[in-house]
Amino acid sequence: MNFNATLFGQLFTFALFVWFTMKFVWPILLKQMEAREARIGDGLAAAEQGQKDFAEAQAKSSAEINKGKEQAALIIAQAQKRHDEIVAAAKEDAKTETARIKESALSEIEQEKERARQALKSHVTALAIAGAEQILMREVDHAAHNEVLAKISQHL
Amino acid sequence: MASGSELTSNAYLQHHLQNLVLGKLPGGYERADGEILDHASWTLARSSQEALDMGFWAINVDTMGWSIFLGTVFCFFFYRVARAAQSGVPSGFTNLVEMIIEFVNKNVNDIMSVKNPLIGPLALTIFIWVVLMNTMDIVPVDLLPIIAQFVAGDSDLYFKVVPTTDPNITFGLSIGVFILIIYYSIKMKGIGGFASELALQPFGKYMIPFNLILEGIGLLSKPVSLALRLFGNLYAGELIFLLIATLMGSALPFFIGIIAGGVLQFIWAVFHILIVLLQAFVFMMLTIVYIAMAHEHH
Repeated sequence: MNFNATLFGQLFTFALFVWFTMKFVWPILLKQMEAREARIGDGLAAAEQGQKDFAEAQAKSSAEINKGKEQAALIIAQAQKRHDEIVAAAKEDAKTETARIKESALSEIEQEKERARQALKSHVTALAIAGAEQILMREVDHAAHNEVLAKISQHL
Repeated sequence: MASGSELTSNAYLQHHLQNLVLGKLPGGYERADGEILDHASWTLARSSQEALDMGFWAINVDTMGWSIFLGTVFCFFFYRVARAAQSGVPSGFTNLVEMIIEFVNKNVNDIMSVKNPLIGPLALTIFIWVVLMNTMDIVPVDLLPIIAQFVAGDSDLYFKVVPTTDPNITFGLSIGVFILIIYYSIKMKGIGGFASELALQPFGKYMIPFNLILEGIGLLSKPVSLALRLFGNLYAGELIFLLIATLMGSALPFFIGIIAGGVLQFIWAVFHILIVLLQAFVFMMLTIVYIAMAHEHH
């Protein structure tokens, strides 16, 4: 338990090992650990960014889908409206068309009736004249008769 | 262990606490076994008295050898990890090494306010080296000495395997730290600053001698307390291992003694693991603190 030159031996060895560690061990390992730390940090940041991007994309896509749905609903509503309008317009058209056809048919019928009446009138007149001529063969004043007949025909 | 038949507890203890000393004995010296040297010669001490008579210029071959061996082990393994450095996924031993480095680096950064490229490696070397040297205490007390005695063919060979139970080793470390304390004190504050710190504190310039004594003791107590704390803890631990071994071996019948001794040794070894790590940690932390203090102006 006495002191001897071991003291100096240890002191020298100590210096040597510290020098070795300082030169060949410590800075290299520290640098390596820092590099790894940076790498892990980058990786984590990238993962987080990826997750964020993914969430964003998801939100965007769902918004897009919603927009599409809305648009589709809008288009359907518009189509329904248009359909209603077309149906209504067609009904309207049909109505006016029928009215018009009815009108023209009525006026045609009226004209036909008038024409038939005229024809009938003239026929009746001619028939009446013929009959009268037959019955009253003599002394017939054509002028006076025609006047009477015109009066009659006007009453028909 | 002694070969003699009258192996007493006392002799066993003393034998275990004696270093294997290589030194020079003067001519005409009468050795422990009665041999008288013709002329001065370098030799291994055969008794504690011989070791004393070798004076200062002798060397404890056993503790010095283990110290160098363990330091080399530390450097070898850490260098291997450093050489294979890559920033990918670390595995096994690399993980352990990096954990230790991170632990030491964190402590250094917490305490040091100034960047200093020496303190990290210094703290790491101290920590691992002291842990390794302390760990030699866990090895069963008689195992390595018996192997050494067998290899050397000398059943009386002294062989201490725990370097930190040798004050030369612990003082070697703490004096290294002390030199660094002085170096950084002077480097950071200048000789004048350092001197005034010693002379003008804590009581001002009219109490210079008193201040000098106070601060001088404070300064010198740093390496002394560092070395003695480590030495004392490990020496006491080693002594308890030895005491368990002797008491169990001598007081009880052979087989019961072996079993009881083994159990007690094991229990003490488990406790001792704590001391091994704690003392290394304390030595490292105090080193960092002292050197950080040397950097600071008061």
